[in-house]
Amino acid sequence: MTPPSQINTDAVNVILATDCGSTTTKAIMIEKVDGTYRQTHRGEAPTTVEEPFANVTVGVINALTEIQEVSGRRLIDDEGHIIRPATADAGCDIYISTSSAGGGLQMMVAGVVREMTAASAKRAALGAGAIVMDTIAANDRRRPHEQIQRIRELRPDMVLISGGTDGGDTKKVTEIAELIAPAKPRPRFGKSYELPIIFAGNTDTRPEIERVFGEGGFDLKITDNLRPSLERENLGPARDMIHDVFLEHVMAHAPGYDTLMSITDAAIMPTPGAVGDILQTIAKGRGINAVGVDIGGATTDVFSVFDGTFNRTVSANLGMSYSISNVCAEATMPKILRWVHLDMDERELRNRVKNKMIRPTTIPQSLEALIFEQAVAREALRLAYQQHKEFATTLKGVQQQRTVGDTFSQEAGGETLVDNMKLDLLVASGGVLSHAPRMHQTAMLLIDAFEPEGITELAKDSIFMMPHLGVLSSVHPQAAMEVFEKDCLVYLGTCVAAKGLGKPGKTCFSWSLDSGAKGSGSMAFGELQLIELGVDETAELEVKPARGFDLGAGPGKALTQKIRGGTVGVILDARGRSLSLPEERSACRAAVSNAIEAVDLYGDQPAKVDGRAV
Amino acid sequence: MAKAYTPGLKVAASTTHQAHRVLPIPGTVQVKQGDQVEADTIVAETFMDGDITPLNVANLLSAQPGDIPQLMLKGEGDRVEQGEPIARNKGVFGMFKSECTAPASGTLEAISKATGQIMIRGKSIPVQVKAYLPGTVIEVLPEEGVVIENQVTLIQGIFGVGGETSGPITMACPAHDQRLEAGMINEAMRGMIVVGGARVTAEAIGRAREVGAAAVVSGGIDDADLKEILGYDLGVAITGTERIGLTVIITEGFGDIAMARRTYELLKERSGDSASVNGATQIRAGVMRPEILIPVAGSQVSAPETSTESGVLELGTPIRVIRDPYFGLIGTVASLPEAPQVLGSGSKSRVLEVSLESGEVVTVPRANVELIET
Repeated sequence: MTPPSQINTDAVNVILATDCGSTTTKAIMIEKVDGTYRQTHRGEAPTTVEEPFANVTVGVINALTEIQEVSGRRLIDDEGHIIRPATADAGCDIYISTSSAGGGLQMMVAGVVREMTAASAKRAALGAGAIVMDTIAANDRRRPHEQIQRIRELRPDMVLISGGTDGGDTKKVTEIAELIAPAKPRPRFGKSYELPIIFAGNTDTRPEIERVFGEGGFDLKITDNLRPSLERENLGPARDMIHDVFLEHVMAHAPGYDTLMSITDAAIMPTPGAVGDILQTIAKGRGINAVGVDIGGATTDVFSVFDGTFNRTVSANLGMSYSISNVCAEATMPKILRWVHLDMDERELRNRVKNKMIRPTTIPQSLEALIFEQAVAREALRLAYQQHKEFATTLKGVQQQRTVGDTFSQEAGGETLVDNMKLDLLVASGGVLSHAPRMHQTAMLLIDAFEPEGITELAKDSIFMMPHLGVLSSVHPQAAMEVFEKDCLVYLGTCVAAKGLGKPGKTCFSWSLDSGAKGSGSMAFGELQLIELGVDETAELEVKPARGFDLGAGPGKALTQKIRGGTVGVILDARGRSLSLPEERSACRAAVSNAIEAVDLYGDQPAKVDGRAV
Repeated sequence: MAKAYTPGLKVAASTTHQAHRVLPIPGTVQVKQGDQVEADTIVAETFMDGDITPLNVANLLSAQPGDIPQLMLKGEGDRVEQGEPIARNKGVFGMFKSECTAPASGTLEAISKATGQIMIRGKSIPVQVKAYLPGTVIEVLPEEGVVIENQVTLIQGIFGVGGETSGPITMACPAHDQRLEAGMINEAMRGMIVVGGARVTAEAIGRAREVGAAAVVSGGIDDADLKEILGYDLGVAITGTERIGLTVIITEGFGDIAMARRTYELLKERSGDSASVNGATQIRAGVMRPEILIPVAGSQVSAPETSTESGVLELGTPIRVIRDPYFGLIGTVASLPEAPQVLGSGSKSRVLEVSLESGEVVTVPRANVELIET
């Protein structure tokens, strides 16, 4: 592996990147074209971590071979090695990879107070790209023997323990450690694997922690306290330590990863960690607030950067195939069916949902099936975003200075950082969003589930290359930024949505684009309208909300802002925030039908009720 | 000729099957290579560390954690019985002493001077692994378990609940497309694997449980009925640990759907023979489907080894459609167009044409079919 600092970024002309997922290894090629980095070719192959191959590099070479075939550029030599450095018609200069194969990185975290150090530990683990299996805290409402029982059941790859501010309490942290050590959590990788324990708590507790975990079966790593004081979180060292342990231990136990690690030019990152990195890079580079979502078959990841603070959540059982039944159970069928304008039999739908769960690879054939699946997706995304908002908060337990004026708006700390009015960019990825037959559907799924307020750009990750670009940003930020802007994101357009509620039919806001040259009008409360504004087009939007409505400048205040078009255009949304649909079924169906018509959601597809019509 | 790959479930009249029976932690293997074992033979055994009961003695005695070792009446490694005094404080001038008793029986494993917390380790928990599949031990995995092999009739279901069990097969439905109702289940089915036809009702499962049947196998089930049986709405398909009094295996899917004719005929042919069944299902990477294993040795079945596990779609291949609008319908591949086509949903996908049993020819995405037995 070439140390990133030794890579001469100016001399880089060809970059190869792979993402080894649970089922598919996706490879992309980036080339310098006329002085700009562009993603030029892609290839994919089944991931090969399981028998009969049991070697991840086989899938990597297969995916790269596909690129070799479509690009005509020789990338793999006769011995099956990646050719480096690049020449005019062969090889590459940089090769990097991410991985979520084998179920990704699975962690257990512990802290003293659930809302404080344990929450910080969870943030550190999620930010590093882990799946958090459970959070143990002194006040998690479980009795000690129940906590021990839970620890015994879990099979984590590593455990992160935090607790106590520096110089603060040592006893409670030690108590938590004393519960974990005798419970002897069994690692996934068998009996020869020493379970890594990362301690990132009160520095005064270190000798006790060393005593508790000193006796066999554990590999104790100590790093800086992730909550050195109540007012400050210091997640960086713990996240770095998680990455190191991930490479040293977890990856080293996955088949073929030792070889893969030796051929990459940057450390292999867990896939979601890399997605988080690129979103942070972009938000910082453009000075914006951004939210990204990746909805898969089993889980939904939500990433956000607000005012420079990054957060990630994984909703472990919200997904569109393996977990579809769980979405229906959590959201309830009436909530899902409110997005459907057709008559559907609930009993029949419940069976369909279960059939999708047991045969997860099937795809909707009829329009009716697609409408239902997208209704489920709206609820999965809504629930995942709700969980994200509850988790992405300011630090809890922080003393706040108050004035008399604050008496009526007392917030005990811990209010959400997510502010939809401040949100500038919403990025979608994952099957149901990326592969929707019309991009209008992707845009409306985002708007209905996330309810952006004010002016928000909507985009989708074209071929799910955010993970690749996340790692690339650590070795070649310029290339990562250029490809992200030009090839990764497909801009759908801009959503303009008024916050507030009113009476249907009453004016919500008036608008004009480029002083009326590209259209102008007035939106009544409850309406939705699509205005054409193409890809690479921009326009000056002037909006004037009615009293009680806000579009970003404050209630009733006018706003002028340059906005971007896209494959869908500009969606003017006067349905109000928070978005609610009529309770009464026929009124609800009418409202959804109007929305479908207003944004031309299904194009010319006939929305037939007859299930057998295709 | 056009071909495509598609997965299917394994249904075989006779196949060599190996069961890996291993302990979760190292232990002792109780059988030797070459031994003949029955379904309930214990093949490996071990003891897991007992449960831990923590107790903060310092808090209970209002003492400093550092003083706890002196206040303990028992030392590390000592045996303690539930209710037995294990620590006592010095009181005031020797008076008003308070005691702390053991909350559980076991061994005093640790006394912490830092926190005043003690740990009592309960009795070791025995863990036994049974053979499950009657047959021959072909390999001993030292300290771990064994591999058992036998020639079996193997039927994989699509979904199940409940764990391993065994018993003789009995047919409750006279046809593969008949619904399994409560009235078809009787007292004589106690301890048996009850085979239905199409959808099994919640009442029928309730009745089977009442008579003490070991398992119910049928073509389909209604989700609402599954919810009633489990008492909750199943979120993800990871099952096998439910305690509902019996094991349920569904061979085709949710809804009104008949058991595939050959699966039904195979089970009927083996009626009266003893079977090992497991409802455990895991639909994730490393998928696990429920199974019915019926040893062939000594039975009348002399079918050659057959299997339709996974394979190639060709013209004429029998398939089942596994997604609406044609869910559950059976037919044969009529053509395999190369170019992707636009579906009713608006998506573009590779498709195949299916000639249904009714004679109708329909177009279906390739992702929405699975192979069935010939």
